Amino acid sequence: MQAAKFKGKLLPFVFLFPTLVILVAFLYYPVIQTFRLSTYRVAFLGLKKKFIGLENFVDLAKDPGYLHTLQVTAIITAVVVIGGLALSLAIAMLANRDIRGISIYRILLIWPYALSPAVAGVIWLFMFSPGFGAVNYLMFRVIGTELNWLGNPRLAVTLIIVASIWKNLGYNVVFYLAALQNLNPEVLEAASIDGANAWKRFWSVTFALISPMTFFLLITNITYSFFNLFGMIDLVTKGGPLDATNVMIYNLYRDGFEYYKTGLAAAQSVILFVAVIVLTIIQFRTSGRHVHYGG
Amino acid sequence: MKLIINRKTRQNIMTHAALIVVCLLVLMPVLFALAKSTQTRAQVFHYPPQLGPGTAFLDNYRTAWNTFDLGLYMKNSLIIAFIVMLFKTIFSMLAGLALVYFDFPFKNGVFYFILFTLMMPTEIMIIALFNLVSDLGWGNNYAALTMPFLASATGVFLFRQHFSSIPPHLMDAARVDGAGPLRFLWSVLVPMSWNTVGAMALIQFIYMWNMYIWPLVIIRENAKQVVQVGLRGMTAVQDTTNWGVVMAGAVLAMLPPLVIFILLHEQFTRGFALGQEK
Repeated sequence: MQAAKFKGKLLPFVFLFPTLVILVAFLYYPVIQTFRLSTYRVAFLGLKKKFIGLENFVDLAKDPGYLHTLQVTAIITAVVVIGGLALSLAIAMLANRDIRGISIYRILLIWPYALSPAVAGVIWLFMFSPGFGAVNYLMFRVIGTELNWLGNPRLAVTLIIVASIWKNLGYNVVFYLAALQNLNPEVLEAASIDGANAWKRFWSVTFALISPMTFFLLITNITYSFFNLFGMIDLVTKGGPLDATNVMIYNLYRDGFEYYKTGLAAAQSVILFVAVIVLTIIQFRTSGRHVHYGG
Repeated sequence: MKLIINRKTRQNIMTHAALIVVCLLVLMPVLFALAKSTQTRAQVFHYPPQLGPGTAFLDNYRTAWNTFDLGLYMKNSLIIAFIVMLFKTIFSMLAGLALVYFDFPFKNGVFYFILFTLMMPTEIMIIALFNLVSDLGWGNNYAALTMPFLASATGVFLFRQHFSSIPPHLMDAARVDGAGPLRFLWSVLVPMSWNTVGAMALIQFIYMWNMYIWPLVIIRENAKQVVQVGLRGMTAVQDTTNWGVVMAGAVLAMLPPLVIFILLHEQFTRGFALGQEK
């Protein structure tokens, strides 16, 4: 539907001016600067800068520590995204039933959207603490031993994954519910008349019809794992133990703001930026929808 | 007939039971935090763990609020969240108005220019943004936490999408009345946009309230710090941490976004989640 237009060539630019100024000054300019910085080696506090071309990237590619960071990021992201989406879809199916009090159930299922990764992290850290955490006590009763969740690399990764899935539930359930409610009931009815059983009906009809939403959530959840995990990791594991939870954004933060390797950190930003661009292009190619990062 | 009703009832009871279990599982961590936030250090460390309310409710919350300055941090977070909510909503509406109700040269170019910033979350350019904001001398004030966030592609798109779905004959009616674009925005578009405004307000509030890495690196002065980084300060000394107080802090820090969420979740669903399906 094409709306009629107001006249004026200058006026629309006046309306766009605040948005464009902010985006140029605080998004485009720093991104360009990041690319520039990634080709420099910067001495402590930026006093000395030396152009070194792509050397920062070569150093990263050769650094086993950084390769480990890429691997950790990939594993945590994959489990958080796939596990989280499967669970959210199951919950959304349940919350899509038409029964009494369903709106109250829905609020009780989606409220974790309002939580911050830091708050979620602190609560889960506490629940899993040795000695007094409730989860560890249950473990002790069931398997007879307490686990040191923060001392063991695998357990620390598990803790971060579980807490992230929990924190993301609300957001994912809201969107899956919206997709399920937009489904045409006649299509579902036709499938059930066809005699397909519930399981087959789910995969061939429901799941297929909401696949655009799954794709949207896939991208937003991946970017969540890339960036927003920072708060949780910084509060709970500090990237440890033995760098087991040292994801890309946390490694970048440490190189940039603890070790003051500005150029090297900028190179890591560029790598993250390229990853986001690739993901976004894939999303545009397949669904033509926009990614929202919540900013 | 009776058999069918019975089966239906049984299915409903099963659904209720499943929903209650899932809701409780999702709620459990927060109920646990809530219980622990009222316990003294001794009650927290009691073995086996006690899950009922303790006796340090007021003490813990007072300590979190005063000694750990959470009251101050929450005030700071509220201020920056409201500034960003207000201005980003206004700027995004104006941009949406320009993109939907005007024809101008390079319109598509401008649109893609805004679109492209979707790929630029703060974290990606945090090093350069840090240098820029420090050079501007904003290192220690609200400007550092608000100015870079006053515009976003997400906001522009929400309003652009919504305005495009409003029937064009309203525009003709407005023009017959001789209303200019700002009059039209204020008296026609805004009253029809409450779902979008509500969704925007919720997304922005939660985004700003939960901001972590940026204030952590840019704010040096404690008096200007935000709530999430304040929580970090409470857990910094792991061995001597008073977990009752930390849980009180976590509960305080989650309250404002939860209240906003409960107030606006309908608008969020209608103005944002359902819009994704169009």
